[in-house]
Amino acid sequence: MTAELDAVVRARTDALAKAAAASTAGELAAVETEVLGRQSAIVELRRSLGRLEPEVRKAVGQAVNEAMGAIGDAVAARRRELDAADRAVRLEAERLDLTEFAPRRRRGHLHPFTAAWERLEDVFVGMGFEVAEGPEIETEWFNFGALNFPEGHPARESQDSLWVDWGAPGSTLLRTHTSPVQVRTMLAHEPPIYVVCPGRVFRQDTPDATHMPVFHQIEGLVIDRGISLGDLAGTLDSFVKAFFGGEFSSRLRPSYFPFTEPSAEFDVQRPDGSWLELGGCGMVHPNVLRAGGIDPEQWSGFAFGFGIDRFALTRHGVDDLREFWSGDSRFLSQF
Amino acid sequence: MKVLLSWLREFAPIEGEPQFIADQLSALGLAVEEMQLIGGNLAGIVTARVLALRPHPKADRIQLVDVDAGDGEPLQVCCGAFNMAVGDVVPFATLGTTMPNGMLIERRKLRGEWSNGMLCAAREVGLADAVDGIMILPPELPLGVDFATAMGIETDVLYDLDVTGNRPDALSVAGVARDLAAWLKVPFTMIDPPLEVDPAWQASGLAAVDIVDGDLCGRFHARVLDGIAVGPSPRWLADRLTALGMRPINNVVDVSNYVMLELGQPSHTFDLNQVSGRRIRVRWARDGETVETLDGQTRTLTAADGAICDGDDGVIGIAGVMGGASTEISETTTDVLLEMAWWDPLSIARTARRLGLRSEASTRFERGSDPGVIDVAMRRFVQLLRETTPVRVAAGEIVADGNLPTPATVTLRTARTNAMLGVSLSRHEIAGLLEPIGFRCEVAGEDLTVTVPSFRMVDTTTEIDVIEEVGRHHGFARIERTVPRPTGQAGALSTLQQERRALRHSLVGFGLTEVMPLPFLAPGDLARAGLDADGIRVTNPLVEAESVMRTSLLPGILKTLAFNASHRNPDVECFELGHVFLPTDRSAELPDEREHLGVALGGSEAPAALDAWQVVVDTLGIASWRLVTDTPAGMHPTRSARIEVANTTVGALGEVDPQVLADYGVDRRVAWLQVDLTTLLALPHGPQPYRRVSRYPSSDVDLAFVVPEPTPAADVARALRKGAGALLAELTLFDVYRGDRVAAGSRSLAYRLRFQAPDRTLTDAEVAEVRQRCIDAVTSTVPAQLRG
Repeated sequence: MTAELDAVVRARTDALAKAAAASTAGELAAVETEVLGRQSAIVELRRSLGRLEPEVRKAVGQAVNEAMGAIGDAVAARRRELDAADRAVRLEAERLDLTEFAPRRRRGHLHPFTAAWERLEDVFVGMGFEVAEGPEIETEWFNFGALNFPEGHPARESQDSLWVDWGAPGSTLLRTHTSPVQVRTMLAHEPPIYVVCPGRVFRQDTPDATHMPVFHQIEGLVIDRGISLGDLAGTLDSFVKAFFGGEFSSRLRPSYFPFTEPSAEFDVQRPDGSWLELGGCGMVHPNVLRAGGIDPEQWSGFAFGFGIDRFALTRHGVDDLREFWSGDSRFLSQF
Repeated sequence: MKVLLSWLREFAPIEGEPQFIADQLSALGLAVEEMQLIGGNLAGIVTARVLALRPHPKADRIQLVDVDAGDGEPLQVCCGAFNMAVGDVVPFATLGTTMPNGMLIERRKLRGEWSNGMLCAAREVGLADAVDGIMILPPELPLGVDFATAMGIETDVLYDLDVTGNRPDALSVAGVARDLAAWLKVPFTMIDPPLEVDPAWQASGLAAVDIVDGDLCGRFHARVLDGIAVGPSPRWLADRLTALGMRPINNVVDVSNYVMLELGQPSHTFDLNQVSGRRIRVRWARDGETVETLDGQTRTLTAADGAICDGDDGVIGIAGVMGGASTEISETTTDVLLEMAWWDPLSIARTARRLGLRSEASTRFERGSDPGVIDVAMRRFVQLLRETTPVRVAAGEIVADGNLPTPATVTLRTARTNAMLGVSLSRHEIAGLLEPIGFRCEVAGEDLTVTVPSFRMVDTTTEIDVIEEVGRHHGFARIERTVPRPTGQAGALSTLQQERRALRHSLVGFGLTEVMPLPFLAPGDLARAGLDADGIRVTNPLVEAESVMRTSLLPGILKTLAFNASHRNPDVECFELGHVFLPTDRSAELPDEREHLGVALGGSEAPAALDAWQVVVDTLGIASWRLVTDTPAGMHPTRSARIEVANTTVGALGEVDPQVLADYGVDRRVAWLQVDLTTLLALPHGPQPYRRVSRYPSSDVDLAFVVPEPTPAADVARALRKGAGALLAELTLFDVYRGDRVAAGSRSLAYRLRFQAPDRTLTDAEVAEVRQRCIDAVTSTVPAQLRG
């Protein structure tokens, strides 16, 4: 019996040594065939078990099984080692220094005015408003007449407006505010009306760091039954908290515009206590309601408006409005 | 409008810290643009005499001044002003003084010369500028004494108010005081100057006034004075004028300005002996009439201007705007006619603007002056003038009346007032707010009958105007804030607005940068871009280079590319989404205004524009479209196509015409896409119906055709699609070959067709059959041959 067990030990020792010595996957495959294949010493030993005495067979059989398990494990372990080494070589060969590269595909850049415009729209949409639009070239009536600018009002005749050669002289201009959209909305829809009118407007302003002849503003118009100045103050305060943050507050100061009465300036107070003058607002003047085909005894409303571009300016700390219009990709690609 | 706190206090006992008072003014709608403390923080500034002036050896713009600050010792100072002379007494800031602006005065060297203090300009000691340079003080002042004490400077506060167009009353110190007193609930007292006249000297025989055109002049008051000696004003009066921004001239002019600032009523003085016939006629001017105004210029009038004429009907002044030279007061003047009138606001506004002669006076007439204050203003004028010269006043006032409007009487509904403001005031509380600002209230049932004061009669004529006053004096800050919510409307963007947003964000995701060139073009820009030169013109442009409204986004974007190229960024890829203005039908009320998309891919060839178009197609859900070979204006003659959707042209793509690029200074190719979104978004589009993904295998078939050059590949593809029918899952043009192996003037187009059925695996026979149908479809409709 010792002789058989010795043979098992020899076969096992020999097989483990050969598995360990295999230096490539191919060699290991050959070794596997040699030490575990049908011709291998250990398989030969297993085949010979039947010839042994029963009392010996059990012990030798157990030794053969253990040896075959060990050899299989050794081959598998060696294969993992060789695979790992192979992989290491392959990976090393494809090493890249990613700092040698620059991104090849880039997202483009939304204009900062558009971004501010959309953020403002979103706040008002969240408050239940719809968004109304209108033409940038307008009639004098929509821009001034319907808005209760009296004949001879300085704004009507002054050179603040840019007029165009359309129709009779003085009949058509580049709108100076988006208020004409309010009138168009009133004429097109029965109240209640809850709209904001963002848009591009024009003034005869010489470009400088804070003025451009073209700029963007957003106006709001609410017409419903029993709308009051308190509703205006509350709506604007809600907007301020939604847009700027809960730690901001607002106030109204009496002012004057032809198209609203009472009129007010509305200011935003920053958390540090300082004030920012945001825009104008007020109760829609009865004459404006009438121009929009709405009975001022049945309905009342408020309107407000302020510039959009300034938000882009302050949000990004830009100190010159003209940059936004330059088309300079070095500027625009920062946003 | 500037006001001094001390002046306001002559009308009402206004108390409080300067900032508190500023806040109250702002809360009333009299926004304080600037607040200036006057006469404070002047410790350390003393009187000193200039002993000697010497040039600085190393600097031209400063000189060396020796001053005596009271101890007789000459002290050297470097000074940048040159207006003082030896012997002048000046304010001198000694070493260690902190100036009102916070600057600390220290001994220092200026270009090698020591400066031991600073000589002060008026502005530097908190006083308004009367003259440029160093302030020259009265020569009799003792030296080395506290400047503020020596000059009798009291601390005061100057408020610069932004007075809105609806507040003519606030263009006077008295009006501001009235409003503020009402708000602070302290009494307001109008001044009541005495007037002593010479009963033996009757005005009625000395001059006469006729208002010919009552719509021009509502009322004309005149008084006759004599004994005026023209000279300087008292210092306190000149100081007040200076503080409020007016330059002291002489006692007569200064009193006129003082009364205007104090009470809001402008006045004019005539040398009565120079007024022909000693008679004033007020009428509309006739076109072409001329008058030499006080500034020595000859002005030509129109029938829309108001004229003041003499007894011969010759023009001697422009009503409410500027007096004439011929009747100006001079040293030889004896009898003076003092005029205070109420003019039609619109005509004054028109004339002042037309002649470029807007003044403090014309502004007050434009807004609507107060006819009710004229009597007080006359008496005040005389009272103040008598401080410097013994004026004799003729007995009796000459008054002529035109069509002076009557202040409105308004029914103010209590319920309406509360509803508009969002408050709940009783009619008595409302009256309590209105009465102190001059609105007379009578109870009329639940409501009030309100009579507007004369100083608000131009701007306040209707109920809502009065409601505004109630709101203002109740206080906007006290109104409870409520938030109305729309019923039956959820806030949302319209489909168009959502699509516009989606498009912008898709294009940004695609790598493009949004640009916003100005929408104004220079004359010639359109033609230079190969476009129709007819654009809508701005009739009063800022500059000629911004006088044409764009009809296309192309010129603006080309300028953007050229700008970036000149800053070494040659291949900018950008887009713009904006309005263009087409003069399509000049009889229409407004131009044909459309929203366009323009995409420029600098440095890319025409096919790149197709990529951008596909982004548009995918974003908007455009089911089918086609390219029609064409040369849209401004585009490359052999590398461009029109885009058609539902047989409607919606845009173009390809490259920009090389000549156009050269003319705009762009030296690289530019792939260009333009889309008329107004047209496109009106056509059917949107999410497409879902097609079930087949779970069965597909079969690929490659077909190549030799096609003559003039035949577009699109024709071949269309035929293939038609032949393949519903089994076609994908069609790809994967190779285009030109060369020796095909006939000259032709090219080979190789297509891969992927066939797939939704419900079964296609048999070889089926694939063969559909392949043949495809070949037949192509060869029967297009001059193409299957390539073997």
